[in-house]
Amino acid sequence: MASRAPVSRALAGDEAAPAAALTFERGAPGRRAVDVPAWRGEASELPPAHLLRASLPLPELSQGELVRYYSDLASRNFGIDTGSYPLGSCTMKYNPKVDDLLASLTGFADLHPLAPEALAQGTLAVLFELQEALGAITGLPAVSLAPAAGAQGELAGILMVKRALEERGELARRRRVLVLDSAHGTNPATAAMAGFAVTELQSGPDGRIDEPALRAVLDDTVAAVMVTLPSTLGLWEPAIEAVARDIHAVGAYLYADGANLNAIVGRLRFGDVGFDVAHLNLHKTFSTPHGGGGPGAGPVLASSALARFLPTPVVARREADGEATYALVAPEASIGRMQQFHGSVGVLLRAYAYLRTLGLEGLRAVSENAVLNANYLRELLLPYYDLPFPTRVLHEVVFSATRQRREHGIRAYDIAKRLIDHGVHPPTVYFPLIVEEALMIEPTETESRESLERVAAAFIAIAEEAARDPEALHAAPTTAPIGRLDEALAARQPDLRWRPPAEA
Amino acid sequence: MRVEGDEAVLGITDYAQDQLGDIVFVELPAVGRALAVGESFGVVESIKAVSDLYAPIAGEVVAVNEGLADAPELVNSDPYGDGWLIRVRLARPLDEGALLTAEAYRALRADGA
Repeated sequence: MASRAPVSRALAGDEAAPAAALTFERGAPGRRAVDVPAWRGEASELPPAHLLRASLPLPELSQGELVRYYSDLASRNFGIDTGSYPLGSCTMKYNPKVDDLLASLTGFADLHPLAPEALAQGTLAVLFELQEALGAITGLPAVSLAPAAGAQGELAGILMVKRALEERGELARRRRVLVLDSAHGTNPATAAMAGFAVTELQSGPDGRIDEPALRAVLDDTVAAVMVTLPSTLGLWEPAIEAVARDIHAVGAYLYADGANLNAIVGRLRFGDVGFDVAHLNLHKTFSTPHGGGGPGAGPVLASSALARFLPTPVVARREADGEATYALVAPEASIGRMQQFHGSVGVLLRAYAYLRTLGLEGLRAVSENAVLNANYLRELLLPYYDLPFPTRVLHEVVFSATRQRREHGIRAYDIAKRLIDHGVHPPTVYFPLIVEEALMIEPTETESRESLERVAAAFIAIAEEAARDPEALHAAPTTAPIGRLDEALAARQPDLRWRPPAEA
Repeated sequence: MRVEGDEAVLGITDYAQDQLGDIVFVELPAVGRALAVGESFGVVESIKAVSDLYAPIAGEVVAVNEGLADAPELVNSDPYGDGWLIRVRLARPLDEGALLTAEAYRALRADGA
């Protein structure tokens, strides 16, 4: 057995803190975590011998060993339940546990996706109310909860645009989607995947939409313009209504990347400023679990004019004899299904619980605190880091480590790694792409004033350390279970598969 | 870009490799492909970003740097030498005025642009 777990040979030489042994390196042959009762039914024939393998080496652990393995991994993890997590653009806010509790009620959790509608009326009623609420919040009344994640909701939205243009007989001509250079990478990916050519728009010198530059490329070959509001720089777009008029004047659609809705929720509706179609990332604004490869939810929302194209299904409410019933229906000219069944219902339920718990006043407090927190951090850090777009921000603020790099050879990457030693999750770095050595900080609305001050103190201590002892910063992190990783080597020579020692 | 007779060797600048950081993967076109000015001919991926490569001139790809498949780090360590990307046979004689000289590029950088 190897003396050190081969999680990756890219681990920096840190023999003092070896990576956790894998399940394959624990336990012993014949050990089991559960007792499986002996089979007493009829046994079917085995497939022909030449199709069977002689052995299948799987981990063999007792229940206790297995629990210790996962507990060990969990103790090495850092999450929002552990500490501050100002990862820009990701909105790593605290998720109230009551939402998990409500979503796990057996009436919801035990419902089979193929259960007859008559037995699913409660769940369908909740999904209908969520559609209505999201439509009211965004001013885009046509809603489908089906997409499995934000990126899929985005694809659904652009496919709806495509279908609408097809009906108008303009798809052959309208081949371009315009995307800002500060956009999330999913925007150009979505447009390309839907079959459009991507035209990148340069932001103006203030980091905002450059209206004359946009007007110069707007013509009847444009299918849609994708705008993130507020932008990834945390900036409001004061020209958005004029931009919407320009876009509609040439017959194109205005798409809202709703990833940053938590900055404006309860205060501004996409529909009111001229957006035609949008997606929401429920985990950001409505507090559902983040990523980890698990299920997500990315509802797609549109104006009434585009309702016919929504992905299947949507929940419809019917009233007969004073009694409401709910049914899953396919919109008339639907783009089709984005996934099997009806969307990630467990995630949608959490979002509904969050929405209903807070109400409109609570949602307004979300956007108020998101903006207040980001601006408080901005003020605290302003003397220590460069701010390329020096205005007030909304929910996040993008600093630059250019000063640290120029004066001390310290990059955003080094600062991010040192934050781990201060017990703070690193911010997003090197995004948006238009900011050099970007440090993209989003404190979120759920951090207290004291927590924000601790985060600021860590950033400030690192700025001072950069001047005093830059070498030490290059070695960070030094207190984490695993030190600085050689990310380039890991990407160039990925070593992802465990092999038995004899084979290795 | 370095012109050698009727061919040009293309790469990225030292400034570009420094901004991108450690390069982990380079995707290059097939030999024989015809490139137009401004056309994307490949992708360079670093630990920070994935960026398209654009052709500054028109022509036919006559060779690609096969060595980058196993050693993409050459683009970082020697962008003007062993880290070259592709060799192109020029479709027409080079219009000197249409492209920046190395000096003009450095001057542009010094402006902070």
